[in-house]
Amino acid sequence: MAFVTGAARGHGRSHAIRLAQEGADIIAVDICETVPGTSYPGATAEDLAETVREVEALDRRIVAAKADVRDLARLREVVADGVAQLGRLDIVVANAGISTDPLTADELSEDAWSTMIDVNLSGVWKTVTAALPHLKAHGEGGSIILTSSEAGLRGYENTAHYVSAKHGVVGLMRTLTLELGRHKIRVNSVHPTQVDTDMIQNDAIYRLFRPDLENPTKDDFAAASQSLMALPIPWVESVDISNAVLFLASDEARYITGVPLPVDAGNYLK
Amino acid sequence: MGRVEGKVAFVTGAARGQGRSHAIRLAQEGADIIAVDIAAQMDTVPYPMATPEDLAETVRQVEALDRRIVATQADVRDFEQVKKAVDDGVAQLGRLDIVVANAGIFSQGQLETMDDTTFTDMIDVNLTGVWRSVKAAVPHLRAGGQGGSVILTSSTAGLSASQNTGHYSAAKHGVVGLMRTLALELGQDRIRVNSVHPTAVDTDMIQNEAMYELFAPDLPAEGRTREALAPRFGSLTVLEIPWVEAVDISNAVLWLASDEARYVTGVTLPVDAGQLTK
Repeated sequence: MAFVTGAARGHGRSHAIRLAQEGADIIAVDICETVPGTSYPGATAEDLAETVREVEALDRRIVAAKADVRDLARLREVVADGVAQLGRLDIVVANAGISTDPLTADELSEDAWSTMIDVNLSGVWKTVTAALPHLKAHGEGGSIILTSSEAGLRGYENTAHYVSAKHGVVGLMRTLTLELGRHKIRVNSVHPTQVDTDMIQNDAIYRLFRPDLENPTKDDFAAASQSLMALPIPWVESVDISNAVLFLASDEARYITGVPLPVDAGNYLK
Repeated sequence: MGRVEGKVAFVTGAARGQGRSHAIRLAQEGADIIAVDIAAQMDTVPYPMATPEDLAETVRQVEALDRRIVATQADVRDFEQVKKAVDDGVAQLGRLDIVVANAGIFSQGQLETMDDTTFTDMIDVNLTGVWRSVKAAVPHLRAGGQGGSVILTSSTAGLSASQNTGHYSAAKHGVVGLMRTLALELGQDRIRVNSVHPTAVDTDMIQNEAMYELFAPDLPAEGRTREALAPRFGSLTVLEIPWVEAVDISNAVLWLASDEARYVTGVTLPVDAGQLTK
């Protein structure tokens, strides 16, 4: 049984489907609206319904609800309801996240900073906090996977709030590893490079990667992005992150905990 | 359909322990195997090393899975031996896709009093042997034109240090530098390179008197048993287990070798029950 946040589309939908393909039932949440300050349209209720349709098409059960990861009380309610319907909880994928327009650290507004930290860092803590009583309840351990980023391992100009939140996720992961090890609950983070989703394929990200161009296109972004990789590709697919999540969630990784796992085509080395 | 179906994997140190486990796990998922092992003793290694009979047992177990295996007694300290083994294996099995540079030894001693041979043997096997193994394999990986996956066996000692194993830690740290450089040099040919970092694994390299002495110098020799040592090893891990099994490392190797990790390269992957986080 897996709890996935940000499950309406992108990585989150892909994680839900990949875990369902391998036999898991799903508790799915998404805010299903545009977060003010983000530079692209948020997911919709229709997107979340499509995730439900695709998981059910695999003959797996799914409990989906609209929920904001900034609202701990709501997350507790949704997880409790999901566990009541599906029976237990084993896997948590704290994936919900946002990105915003590129600005230097001193240009960022207090709102932009706070919203980013609230969603991409505090939202991860709230997700895990809401899930933990259910993971501990059955005494069989579990696997928690936090979505960090390449930006959780190194700095990037013009996105200090995102880099700070994603680095914070690593600190959270390492602390949770220590606190939960005795419960046989493993905690790891995944660190994607650019993934081919709506959060990346938009004008704000194109400008972040091509500050040299006035109106950069997808091709301009692809060239810049590929130059950062050791492998000859511009970006990875959601399913590549899902395969890493699946591995960490599975018993094949039963003794892997406390690990930041990049899925980045060698981006970190360049 | 196996996860590495139709692929050929070159595994060093394959006579027993982790190497045998890797060969078997990859074969279970459809790979044919080129296996090498020194299958002989080294003077500076304080426990019995693998034998030709061990290597024959790996052959038997892989063949029992209906996979092909070409096994050769070869020393990773000798490039020509390694190259010949790989060349012969590729000639018989047709191609090469996966390299698992696993061969390694263990010994102990304080750096300031260690003799030269103990130090240089360690570097020669655990670091330079890894480079030689990859060097022998790369022409075949490139020739296949479909990329490949190279997995180097490092250790938790490749990312942190402890006392009395400075030569081992130096070699295993060096493997990380080698991995990162290879990832950059081979990336354009879609050859991925990663390292695995096991904590203590339940193999003959760990379960021997010399290792017990390192972990329990305060106990009398007759008191240094597997059962007595388990809590000491266990105190190192977050998951409170004394050691992991060889198959746990093999599962990490298999994942890195498979297309599920097609864009994972340049990564240090601990399989350490949280040891490095403590």
